[in-house]
Parts: sequence; C-alpha cells; structure tokens
Amino acid sequence: MTRARALTLALAGVVALWLLALNFGALGAVALRAEGLTGLRAADWAAVRFTVLQAFLSALLSVALAIPVARALARRQFAGRGLLITLMGAPFILPTLVAVLGLLAVFGRSGLVNEALALVGLGPVNIYGLHGVVLAHVFYNLPLATRIILQGWATIPAERVRLAVSLGFTPSDRLRHLEAPMLREVAPGAFLLVFLICLTSFAVALALGGGPRATTVELAIYQAFRFDYDMGRAAALALVQFALCLGAGLLALRVALPSGLGGGLDRPLPRLEYRRGALWGDSALIACAALFLLVPLALIVARGAPYLASLPASVWQAALRSLWVALGATALTTAFALVLAHAILALPRAGALGLEWLGLAALAASPLVIGTGLFLIIRPIADPRDLALAVTMLVNAGLALPFALRLILPALRDAAATQGRLATSLGLHGFARLRLVTLPRLRRPLGFAAGLTAALSMGDLGVILLFAEADRATLPMQLYRLMQAYRQDEAAGAALLLLLSSLALFWAFDRWGRADAAA
Amino acid sequence: MLRLENVTITQGKFRLSADLTVADGARIAVIGPSGAGKSTLLGAIAGFVPVTGQITWSGQAMAQDPGARPVTILFQDNNLFPHLTAFDNVALGLKPSLRLRSAERKAVQDALTRVGLTGLDARRPAELSGGQQSRVALARTLIRARPLVLLDEPFAALGPALKAEMLALVAEIVAETGATLLMVSHDVADARAICDETVLVADGVAHAPRPTAQLLDNPPPELRAYLG
Repeated sequence: MTRARALTLALAGVVALWLLALNFGALGAVALRAEGLTGLRAADWAAVRFTVLQAFLSALLSVALAIPVARALARRQFAGRGLLITLMGAPFILPTLVAVLGLLAVFGRSGLVNEALALVGLGPVNIYGLHGVVLAHVFYNLPLATRIILQGWATIPAERVRLAVSLGFTPSDRLRHLEAPMLREVAPGAFLLVFLICLTSFAVALALGGGPRATTVELAIYQAFRFDYDMGRAAALALVQFALCLGAGLLALRVALPSGLGGGLDRPLPRLEYRRGALWGDSALIACAALFLLVPLALIVARGAPYLASLPASVWQAALRSLWVALGATALTTAFALVLAHAILALPRAGALGLEWLGLAALAASPLVIGTGLFLIIRPIADPRDLALAVTMLVNAGLALPFALRLILPALRDAAATQGRLATSLGLHGFARLRLVTLPRLRRPLGFAAGLTAALSMGDLGVILLFAEADRATLPMQLYRLMQAYRQDEAAGAALLLLLSSLALFWAFDRWGRADAAA
Repeated sequence: MLRLENVTITQGKFRLSADLTVADGARIAVIGPSGAGKSTLLGAIAGFVPVTGQITWSGQAMAQDPGARPVTILFQDNNLFPHLTAFDNVALGLKPSLRLRSAERKAVQDALTRVGLTGLDARRPAELSGGQQSRVALARTLIRARPLVLLDEPFAALGPALKAEMLALVAEIVAETGATLLMVSHDVADARAICDETVLVADGVAHAPRPTAQLLDNPPPELRAYLG
C-alpha cells in the first residue's frame, strides 16, 4: 500500500466516523431521551399523516406537471431555451423563505391573484394550509422534476427518434415506443426524490403551514422543542421522522435516484412534431411554467429593491454570519467529498459501496432530527447557543455532501479511467497527482458542487432555529424574525439580499469551476 | 419522378447545391469523396435536413414531416428498435401502433420469409447477427412499399460477401415494388453491379445522374481524384 493510499483511507475513516456520528450518534442521543413513543399526542400523529400526505401530493403534482413541460421543452426550439433550462436549476439553490415570500406576493392575501380576483368580485383565496404547502413544494420541485425528465428525453437516442420520424409514428406511437419506456425508468426516481425532499420540509411548513391541520413532523419537532420545552416529545417525534425517512430512503435504494444537476440539456432532439396545434400547445405550456417560476422571483426583486440600501445593521450582521457559515460548510463539504470519492475508488467493492451509501445517506436525513440530537449531546457539556453557528455549519456540510459526492464521484471515476494508467505509468502519485492530474479534471464538478453547497447553506433555515438566539441569527433566521414581526418592507429587502447572496455565491464558485476551459 | 429544383443545403460553412431529376424506377448510386455531402443529400430528400429550393415527387412538393414522405430510408446504423422483436420491427412498417389484423400479421411473416428470416420473428436485434439485422430492416422496406428507397450505407459494417448478398436482395426488392432507389456507395463495384445511373457529389454540387459505366470509364477530374 502506498503512503498516499494509506493517507486517503485514514482521512476517509475520519469522515466516515463523523458522518456516522452525525447520522446515528444524534439519533442515539434522541433515542435515549425519547422514553418511547408514549409521549406522542393525537396532534403528533396528525403531523405524521400530514407529512406523508403533503409529500405524496407534492411529488405527484410536480412529476405530473413536469412530464408535459419537459416534453414541450424537448421538442421546441426557441431563443432563450437554454437560459430557461438554466433558470429551472435556480429554485434548487433558492432560499426557502425567499421562495415563500415570492409565492405570497403572488398568491398571498394581498397578492396579485387575490387582487385580480377582487376586481371581478371573487373572494380571496387562502394560501395557508395544505394547498399552500403543496403549492410551494411544487414551485420548488417542478423545475427539478422537469430537468430530470428532460434529461430522460435527451437519453432517447437521436438515431431512434430519427427512425421513428422516418416511419411516420403518430404521437401515440411515439408515446408507446419511445417515451413511455423512458418515463417508466425516469419518473419513479423523480417522484421519490421530490417525495424525499418534501418529507423533511421544515421552512415551508413553518411559513405556510402550522396549526393542527398543516404541521409537518419537522415542524412539530421544532414546536415541541422550542415552545413546549418538551425534549422527550421532541425526541420521540425525531424517532418517528427518522423512521419515515428511513422507509422512504430504503424505497429509494431500489430506484436509482436521479440528480437533475447534470449538464447536457441544451442538445435539441431531431424535430419530432409537425402538427401546428401541438406546437402552439407546447409554447403555451412553456410560457405558463416560466410565468409560474419567474413572476414570484421578479416580485421579490421589485419589492425588495427599494429597501435594500436602508436595511438595519442587524440584517447585515446576520448576512455576514451566514456568509461565514456558508463558506465553512463549503470547505468542509468539498474536502469530505474529495476524500470520500478517492477512498471509494481505492477500496474493494463492498467497502466502496458502504462508503458511498454513507455519503448519500444524508439525502434521507432530517436536519431537525440531527439538530435535536446534537443539542441533547452538547447541552451537558456546553451552552448550545455558543455553538449555534458551528453546528449549523456542520449540519449544512453533511446535508450538502450527497449532492457534492454525486457530482464529484463520476468525474473522478472518469478521470481515473481515462488518465489513470498514464499518470501511474509516469510515476505520478500522491499530492502531485492530485494537483496536476485529478483536480484540473474535477474543477468543473468541484466548482458546481461548491456553489451548490454555499448557496444551500446560505439559505438554510432549520437547525439554527433550535440553537440560536437573536444575537446569533443567520440571515434566513433574521428574515424569518422580520416576517414574524410583520415588518414587511425590511423583510422584502432582507429577502432580496438573501436571494442575491445565495445566487452570487453559487455564481462565483461555479464560475471558478468553468474558468479553465482546457481541462 | 423525383425532382430537386435549385436545392441548396447550408450547414454552417458547408454548402451543397443540387438541380436534378431522377426517373421513376431508376437505380442510382450516389458516390463522391468523404464529407462531400452524400448522406446530407439523402437526409434532405428524406426530410431530415432543411433545404432552400424545392424537392418534388410526381410534381407534388414533399411534405414537411419525414414520415409523410413517399420515402423509406435506411441509415448507417440504428435501423431497428432494440426493445422490439424482429416481427414488431418489421410490423412498424405497416402500422406503428402494432395493432395488426390477421392479414397484416401474415404479410409481416411473408416479408420475413421473403428475406430469409423464417422462424426468427421473436428474436430481438441483440439476438440477431449483423446480416440478419439488415434483413429485418429490408423486410420492413419491402412491406412499407414506399416508391422511393434511400440507402445511406446500411451495410457498411458487413463483410464483402454479405454486403453483396444484401445488395442483391435490395435489387430484388426494388424490382418487385417498382421503387426508385438511391444508394450511397463507397464501392464502385457496387455501383456498377446494381445501379444503371450514378450521381456524383463533389465540390459542393450534386451532379445530375449519368450512366454509371460511362461515368466510371471516363471519370471527370473531381471523380478521378477520388477514385485515385
């Protein structure tokens, strides 16, 4: 065994231990404290039912709507198509509260829709409750599902499309021979991914749900923790949530989860559709989807811009704290992902698979469960409030790791497969190899992964609410406090600041990754 | 009659112009240097490559939709759907919905028999040899019975003997259906054996068809350079 390999495996061991501690140590602390499930009330079981119901509806609607939108995008060519597809990646890094505020500006009590309805004498629609939560989740996940399914369309070989066209396939023939087989492979993965994401939804439920009929388990954990000071119940709820996530995660193991993050979506398919009516329908669908996604964002910008310059110092301080947390989480995540990916390639098959699953496990992990566990572990030793930012950073790093690993591992495999023998034959080992051969090849996925992590961490509202007081608030937490206090102008300005900082972080890292085109 | 009237194909810096007529039932070889645009010409006639000018069949402008043109085209590869059996791949030529009546099922079986694939109807492409896969595509060409058959080197991957066998089968099929044939060829022997006329594609122009023997015995300079 070379020294480099030994070092890689030792580092991977440290990362693996940390992941185990994060995922299962926290759970152990929770389990010890839970004193069984007897402390759960009827309202808590209602929260379980609501969580599953809203996740199911959100996933179903997202995928059902994504299929026609993806089909329209697959067979239409127009100026700005590439830009629109890129923008569809944006909700993924959009801070949840910003999305919620944007949706409120459209569908809220004094939003555009209700103003339009009032003009024609119709009563206001209410965005709070189940449909509001589902609406926000569809807003978030429709673009993700669309990108995944569009990738599916792109995997239909162009030659096969050409053959189908030359044989004069009708739309139903195409559906049967080309599209249905593809959808059968792609759609279940998209459904499960959205379901998993919505299962651990916290901030959306915090802002648009609540009350006995629209509380998710994550939200119930927070409320038991924060308002009832009932650690036993919070821990019991955390156990229930873990079981839910484990169940969905095991289900996801059987279906290869897509990422929706990859590139290669700009390639247009050979022209499939010649009926004018269908083409108009496609255009209308694309326009509707674009409006649904872009109007809330445009309103955030329009409403926040006047207040951006006059934000109170507390908001700027919070933004600075968030920036540090985001940068720290980014450094940790990329380092961990690099170490894990190298170790996965170095290990024999069983070990590699185990390590890969451990890295991806956080996809089904609940931030609030981990947060609760860490709180219980830390409290006897130190004041949790002092560690609020550090814990947030660690949890964010863990939650972003699956995405980073999924981006970096295939690129590293590819680099090893194409240049590994050459590098070895030239005697390149250790850090020289990492610096000269591997990192240049990984620059793009690394930059993209770092951008994702930074943006996700910047906009995250979750664990911090368990730990921090006002004096240690992150920007999303400060934004939430402004919303709670009905200081809507400042909230609008803070939301825009949060949006801009998340996008800027993503853009900066991603641009770094793209800078060296030669690699 | 196939007619290309002032047709120009532009793809980036590539340009190909054609102004020519092909008589009904003719068998035309399309030859020329690599990259000259032979496949592009066939793609344009099949409707996959946009053109300026007009392509007509029997005096009528061709439909925009490739599937609605009076054309069967065999590509260099991927002429079969890998998830469908040989039978289904042939049946697509009759009805892409694959909802066949018994007479149609019999027609598919007859076509398979005609190309020498009796008993192999339930196999998928992966379970067939390269020659057998070509036969499936030819059976579909037979059953589709479109009046214009375009071959974009579908047999390029086959060995010489097998390729000659397939081309002989093609000649029989177009003779039976009375179809007009345009085939891209890199092998002048193929052109002599099967095609009475030849279209030379070189230097940005697809020339009008000329008798094959005359063209090859007396090659113009651009063809001489290619033949070497």
